[in-house]
Amino acid sequence: MNSKKIELTVNGVAVSVDERPGEMLSDLLRERLRLTGTKIGCNESECGSCTVLVDGDPILSCSYPAAKARGKQVLTIEGLAGQGPQSNHLHPLQEAFIQYGAVQCGFCIPGQLMTSFALLQRNPDPNDDDIKEALKDTLCRCAGYPSIIQSIKAAARSMRTGEPVQPPTDIPPSQTRHRSVGRIQPRPDAIPKVTGKAIYTDDICFEGMLHARVKRAMVPSAILRKIDTQRAKELPGVAAVLTAEDIPGAHTHGLVVRDWPTLVGVGERIRTVGDAVAIVAAETREIATQALELIETVYEPLPVVSDPVQARQPDAPCIHPSGNLLKHIKVRKGDLDKGFAEADLIFEHTFYTPIHDHAFLEPECSIARLTPEGRMEVYVGSQIPYDDRNEVARALGIPEQQVHIIGQLIGGGFGGKEDIAGQIHAALLAWVTKRPVKLLYDRQESLIAHPKRHATQIRVKIGAKRDGRLTAFETELYGDTGAYASLGDKVMTRATTHSSGPYEAPNVKADCYAMYTNNPPAGAFRGFGVVQSAFAVESAMDMLAEQLGMDPIALRRLNALREGSVTNTGQLLEHSVGLLECMEKVEAELSRLAGPHPFRSRMVPGQPHLRTAWGIAAAYKNTGLGGGAPDKAGADVELLPDGIFEVRTSSAELGQGLPTVLQLIAAEELGVPPRMVHVLLSDTDLTPDGGPTTASRQTYVTGNAVRQTAAALKEMLTSELAERFDVSPDYVRFEEGLAQIDSQTLTMSKVAELLKAGGRQPLASTVYWAPETKPLGEGGDMHFAFSFAIQAVEVEVNTLTGEVRVLRLISANDVGAAINPLGLRGQVEGGAMMGVGHALTERFIVEEGRVISDRLARYRMAPITMTPQIIPIVVESPVPTGPYGAKGVGEIVTIPTAPAVTNAIYNAVGVRLDRIPVDQELVLKQIKERERMG
Amino acid sequence: MSLWSTYILAYSIEEALQALACAPGPARPIAGGTDLLLDLQQGNHPPVHTLVDLTPIPELNRLEMRGDCLFIGASVPVREITQSRLVHEHALAVLEACALIGGPQVRNSATLGGNVAHALPAADGMIALAAMGAEAEVASLEQRELRPILSLFKGPGISTLEAGREILVGFQIPARRAGEASAFGRVMRPQGVALPIINTAVWLRRQRELIADIRIVVGPSGPVPQRACEVENALRGRPFDPVELAHARSLVYTSLRFRSSAQRASAEYRYQLCDVLIEECVGKAWKRAEVMELV
Repeated sequence: MNSKKIELTVNGVAVSVDERPGEMLSDLLRERLRLTGTKIGCNESECGSCTVLVDGDPILSCSYPAAKARGKQVLTIEGLAGQGPQSNHLHPLQEAFIQYGAVQCGFCIPGQLMTSFALLQRNPDPNDDDIKEALKDTLCRCAGYPSIIQSIKAAARSMRTGEPVQPPTDIPPSQTRHRSVGRIQPRPDAIPKVTGKAIYTDDICFEGMLHARVKRAMVPSAILRKIDTQRAKELPGVAAVLTAEDIPGAHTHGLVVRDWPTLVGVGERIRTVGDAVAIVAAETREIATQALELIETVYEPLPVVSDPVQARQPDAPCIHPSGNLLKHIKVRKGDLDKGFAEADLIFEHTFYTPIHDHAFLEPECSIARLTPEGRMEVYVGSQIPYDDRNEVARALGIPEQQVHIIGQLIGGGFGGKEDIAGQIHAALLAWVTKRPVKLLYDRQESLIAHPKRHATQIRVKIGAKRDGRLTAFETELYGDTGAYASLGDKVMTRATTHSSGPYEAPNVKADCYAMYTNNPPAGAFRGFGVVQSAFAVESAMDMLAEQLGMDPIALRRLNALREGSVTNTGQLLEHSVGLLECMEKVEAELSRLAGPHPFRSRMVPGQPHLRTAWGIAAAYKNTGLGGGAPDKAGADVELLPDGIFEVRTSSAELGQGLPTVLQLIAAEELGVPPRMVHVLLSDTDLTPDGGPTTASRQTYVTGNAVRQTAAALKEMLTSELAERFDVSPDYVRFEEGLAQIDSQTLTMSKVAELLKAGGRQPLASTVYWAPETKPLGEGGDMHFAFSFAIQAVEVEVNTLTGEVRVLRLISANDVGAAINPLGLRGQVEGGAMMGVGHALTERFIVEEGRVISDRLARYRMAPITMTPQIIPIVVESPVPTGPYGAKGVGEIVTIPTAPAVTNAIYNAVGVRLDRIPVDQELVLKQIKERERMG
Repeated sequence: MSLWSTYILAYSIEEALQALACAPGPARPIAGGTDLLLDLQQGNHPPVHTLVDLTPIPELNRLEMRGDCLFIGASVPVREITQSRLVHEHALAVLEACALIGGPQVRNSATLGGNVAHALPAADGMIALAAMGAEAEVASLEQRELRPILSLFKGPGISTLEAGREILVGFQIPARRAGEASAFGRVMRPQGVALPIINTAVWLRRQRELIADIRIVVGPSGPVPQRACEVENALRGRPFDPVELAHARSLVYTSLRFRSSAQRASAEYRYQLCDVLIEECVGKAWKRAEVMELV
């Protein structure tokens, strides 16, 4: 039976392989034919990343038996270029995806391209609806869906006309005039990402590599009484089974508080279902999986704490020795009682937000390998490489310098790849077995194990004068940080400091209780606590406006933060407060699209059961760590012998476009075209510490680091050349990628050679320290910059079923300066789509500590079919200290969407939702109730 | 352990039935496998020894008129059904239902045979087939026979087909006659599990201004799909007008038993949606019957 052959054609090449039991086509392609362009995002037929064509039809290769492909023609991403009009060029679809910025993290792109290719084969001129239908189940979590749609149309046009792909015309360059910065620049990694050549961690394979799996408790609260690994160790093919007592170094890890056991030992506490109790390395993943089942455990169950309010009850079971309170966070400004006494109207309401999962399409993967010199190498797509190095070293009990983190492409992160259990587990197994070890999470494990967005309960109480001026702003927040701290303290601090919204209130009091529970841990996630508080505040502002009989924009404008405002933490905003400008621009666009009364309910002509209306919300979000944390980044810029400038920093690229940002900044400073700049990221041996990729800080902090380093290198090259050619430095210029010295012209490789010959390394290294910030409670500058945003959203509500659709979305964002407009477009589209998902679809369900949303099929993100028309507006209110005026954009774009959607629903049908995601059943119920009440 | 040991591509019904009968361990027929493979991968179905793939069998891939019936082979990919002019003409509800199954990639693999054999009480294709009065052709080594669609259901996810001994060959749907039309509708919930809250298929025969005959099938309205008999009875032989329809729809509450399911919908919401879907689908089918009568 095993000698049976499968004969098939892959990308035009005849292939004959032995049939293997239980093998899917994706395994055959990836593991045996090493065609790793086909990606596995979920392995459950949900995400579409694994799409390949079989006899011309797109199918999901993760659930297509390899044996079924016998005799068939299979086309994968690696074969796509050969399908275009010119077989030695990229296919027009690939070309268009690059030019339109549809490629971000790149992980889903092979699936998007294959599905699109199949569409164009059948339909050479698809409209938006055709494209949405074809790509319905091919998910992109970076969610540049509008760019994907435009790319497909541009490619189709090119294929119909035979003309080259026409570049996008609707992406404006930055208002700030520069040679490189602010101009459209395709990503440096776009070509490998559209051809399937891009390598993510799971695409790497080492000789003799073992496969690891983790035994997880799967009970939310217990004491581990006994663990027996004997039978697992005896299973043939198992190389190692490790438990807590096998850890040579530190037993816990954690980004701020080291409260997270790497492996829970006998007699120790299980605090969440994802807690690891043993790790296995075996010759194959199947054997490792089998071994897990042979590990015997005995748990003594303990009561479960399942929500943060319960956790704060005096009689609640204690999850950590220190109690259940991770932190009580306080914001105080003015005199709250006085503020309420002065109010003509007092409004109070409580809001709820759920746990969210990042659902990045690339599941976590780490490969650890001991080098012959005895150093531990870890290949991983991580947001904080230097922390990984530190934690791996601590667990192994070796010096940091003996660990080398080699960052790989990251298939989406959104804050979810900051915590690092997997890296440590892989390293422990490689340490013991002396063989390379790959630890890949499947989707289920990813959903269970990594930290989520904090679920919150937020009570808002606002006092206002009759004219709308705020007199008092009180909030009380409960945040569910789950079993371990992760970044919970920081996240909930941000939620609290942003909990009176982008408004100036004279009297503020905010109290937040960040509580431990037995739920999966919560940590960083795009928006970092502010998504939650914005939902509460922006809903409350609309409710207040109604009670005051005011227009929701007028109320916001009256109280908006502006230059000269003092925030609730006592920070005087001197510069770069673009909120009012965002508001003006959105208002103008709204009046153009919807006339003078956008917030009124309208009936859809011919469909009396459908109602539409617009809703609005505002947001702000800090750039950088702030709160007194030293915020710095190191960068190297070196002129290589081939004349290329290499920028090196360990910051991470999650798809957001950082390499382009750094490339443009370096090109600008050096006076060379961007193609002469190469960016190397995330390698703890080769690149200096860029700090964590979090808090929308990279463009500002690492951007500044690269800017000053590039300037330093240019100065060094200038003075060296001036001296060598005996001219004044004024006569040395860099233009068009060449050095002009008086009347002579030198190539950059010649410049490198000259410096080397003179004993100078053409290299500059600097560390940039961001302006100092103050801790919460001390007043002064808690943050060195804030981004601002206004979104307006049009919804359609079906009054018969309660179903809600988002039709149009205007997103105005003050980003300081648009350094990378193409990447910015992707961030704006993707951020809004994530917001639409948060509003309508996303809820990570946990019941009594047990994860119900343990499959992608049970955690729905907004697909392309839910994509509204997105109208981006870029506002550039420069920060004097930012690179070219820029501040962060990664998070702000997601924050206002959910409240804008629920405000729009209220405007359409009069139903106020104080929790997300929108429950259509509740919407219908309340519509009926309102009808009954008349 | 592997999900399966042997994967057999069958090229005739006989060969498939033999392979199932002779397998040295548990054996299952498989078509597109979009449900079965997931169940195997996620441990909801124990690993099997043999999978017998029915998709290469020519007879199971036919989509054609057979006398007074439309025949849809059990292994025809649902995408092909959505593009079929014959299905459009004779069983529009089936086409509409198939167009809503999964996404495009899934529809290239998934089959109506699998949809019915999997016996989920809200499977879109099956609900539509039931409203069309379709019969399933079942083959065993001994015989071929026709069975009403609804008789194939024993419980949620449990088919009356004898595992390993019987396979579905295809579905026979009575050819559409003058005045007949059908429609399908469903409502999903965008969060949580990817199953419909409710779906509804309607077939009716129109005689001038009367509903001469009607079938309404609603899922998930119990462990097995059900016809809304009381609603049908109230409409049968009656004129199509809002008062009659409203009266008939009110019988949903006594005709069908909905239950509340966590993460999906309360029974009350299902009744409301059922009401909406029946109105929508009956109205659609009624209009279509008129248009189609003129042809």
